[in-house]
Amino acid sequence: MSGLGNITRKEIRELLTPATFVPIILVALIFATMGSSIQGIQEKSLAPPTIGVITEDNSTLGGIASTILYTHARSVYNSTSESDLQGALETVKQQNGVAVIVIPKNFTERITQEKPGTLQIYWIMKGAGLMDTISSSAVESLISYINTNISKALIRENTTVNASFVLAPTQRAETTYFKSREFVGLSPSTISGMLSSQSLLIPIVMMMIIIMAGSIVITSMALEKENKTLETLLTLPVKRTSIVTGKIIAAAVIGLILAVIYMIGMQFYFSGFQISSGVNLASFGLTLTSTDFIWIGVSLFIALIAGLSLCMLLGTFAKSYKSAQTLTFPITMLAMIPMFITMFADFDTLPLALKVFTFAIPFSHPMMAPRALLFHDYTLVVGGIVYVAVFAIVTISIVVWVFKTDRLLTGTMKFKWLKKMKIRRF
Amino acid sequence: MPAVEVKNLVKKYGSMDAVKNISFSIDAGEIFGLIGPNGAGKTTTLRVLSTLLSINGGSVMILGHDLSKQAAEIRKLISYLPEDAGAYKNLSGRAYLQFIANFFDAKEVHAMVQKGIEITDLGARIDDRVDTYSKGMMRRLLVGRALMTNPKLAILDEPTSGLDVINAQEIRKLVKTTAQAGTTVLLSSHNMLEVEYLCDRIALISEGKIVEEGKPKNLMEKYKARNIEEVFIRVVHE
Repeated sequence: MSGLGNITRKEIRELLTPATFVPIILVALIFATMGSSIQGIQEKSLAPPTIGVITEDNSTLGGIASTILYTHARSVYNSTSESDLQGALETVKQQNGVAVIVIPKNFTERITQEKPGTLQIYWIMKGAGLMDTISSSAVESLISYINTNISKALIRENTTVNASFVLAPTQRAETTYFKSREFVGLSPSTISGMLSSQSLLIPIVMMMIIIMAGSIVITSMALEKENKTLETLLTLPVKRTSIVTGKIIAAAVIGLILAVIYMIGMQFYFSGFQISSGVNLASFGLTLTSTDFIWIGVSLFIALIAGLSLCMLLGTFAKSYKSAQTLTFPITMLAMIPMFITMFADFDTLPLALKVFTFAIPFSHPMMAPRALLFHDYTLVVGGIVYVAVFAIVTISIVVWVFKTDRLLTGTMKFKWLKKMKIRRF
Repeated sequence: MPAVEVKNLVKKYGSMDAVKNISFSIDAGEIFGLIGPNGAGKTTTLRVLSTLLSINGGSVMILGHDLSKQAAEIRKLISYLPEDAGAYKNLSGRAYLQFIANFFDAKEVHAMVQKGIEITDLGARIDDRVDTYSKGMMRRLLVGRALMTNPKLAILDEPTSGLDVINAQEIRKLVKTTAQAGTTVLLSSHNMLEVEYLCDRIALISEGKIVEEGKPKNLMEKYKARNIEEVFIRVVHE
């Protein structure tokens, strides 16, 4: 065999390991899952939205608008009087609908006078994620379609109509109901845009800290083994709990310093988006108080401790620096999954299984906390903190237990119950 | 009361028996050697006595403490030097000694570090980063670390492993001096000549079992051998 062939064969043999392929296979699976989710979103966007229609104007242009709504949407409440608005909202909400659209009495009259006819839209917003606003986007498309058809009708009837008016003969008066609050003048997409720019900071920062600080912990364990310092450490008069918590606290401190640096940079980045949206969250009562920031800080810190204890547990499996790099992958995934979930949907609107899955991941909680606090959902935040604290305590206890067994040095574990089961089986 | 008393010790790795029912005892101030080839069970025995591994059978008493129940107490009294031990590479030699000394009585930290520096005899290099040390310098640092804490029992796994003749000789002298100062020493080696020079008593271990035990001189007489190496070969083959 030639030198080249010999070297190539040896290199391939060395690189052809599960450590090389498992992460890539997992990434491929995640992309495939995301692809099918997007396909699901597309299908959802094609379904007619559920609405309620109140038509006070049955003349020509009002008729065009109502006909389009009845034809292209699933109308679950029809009325001819705006006084039925509360009933309409209740029905549409029960039917999991998106909006109640009111075509007022003077709709046609105003347009014929070359004044924009107002469509009153009362949105029922369920969540602020990308998936949550799909149905409202479908209604927005219908409103545009109504606008286009009224333009056509105006041009057909009167060729001398004002050109700039005929392109936009309607206007919207919007009110959005979201989490028991009323937002006058805002559409769900505007609210969603504002909230996503506001609440994207924590998920990104959380993900980065977990990846960086987690890698510190796992690598530290791997280096203790690789540099043969662990055996000495374990024979010194120091409690196993102190070794474990010492490593976690050190990584948490470094992680928090990294978080502060990261947050400063990201805050400047996101402040640009907030200005460009032109809407001030504070004017709608959507501001975080200093107490809220303390809650977020506690949630972030507890999640960081939980994440690092999980990393510590993984670190006990690391035999070398190289294997430590592979072990950071599951943690990266656990940090990325809730980031994407919170981006796509609100916790409240998730299917039950996904809700349980998201709640179970400790990193989800600081990611969900800012939005929950904006809407005073303290149950989710406090419940999350308690859960993550319990998760951290249990994980640290498991790590301390592992430190007290032979596993750290021998790579084997004594599971007496497993042994008993095997004996019973054979 | 012996410093170390091992009775019917059994240690298994899964289904493999690494140490099979061995018993021995070490008197206070004695240098006791576990002698045997690679894979005989020396390191496993030392790891068990150092509180690193749990036992599957038998009992171990160290300085009056039961290993299975009082490991934390034992750790205060012993010092373990693993065969292929390392130190934290980003620390200097002095910082490493300081780090270890900080686990002990705060009043004695300074004295411990000074003793460690004296034992290592690294001169100005003690303030250099550990990753710049040669193998001999590293071993001296680790021996200094192991002995500076004035342990009641020093467990040294192949203390001169991989060292040149001069470094090895210095470490042997150091072990002798430490024992003379009252520390009980348990060491392992596959260098039979070293053991003959250092140890008051030895146990020959083969395939996890102690096959012979006694003073080197008595064993050589018993087996009419010129050195311990010949004793070992005769014991194993007969």
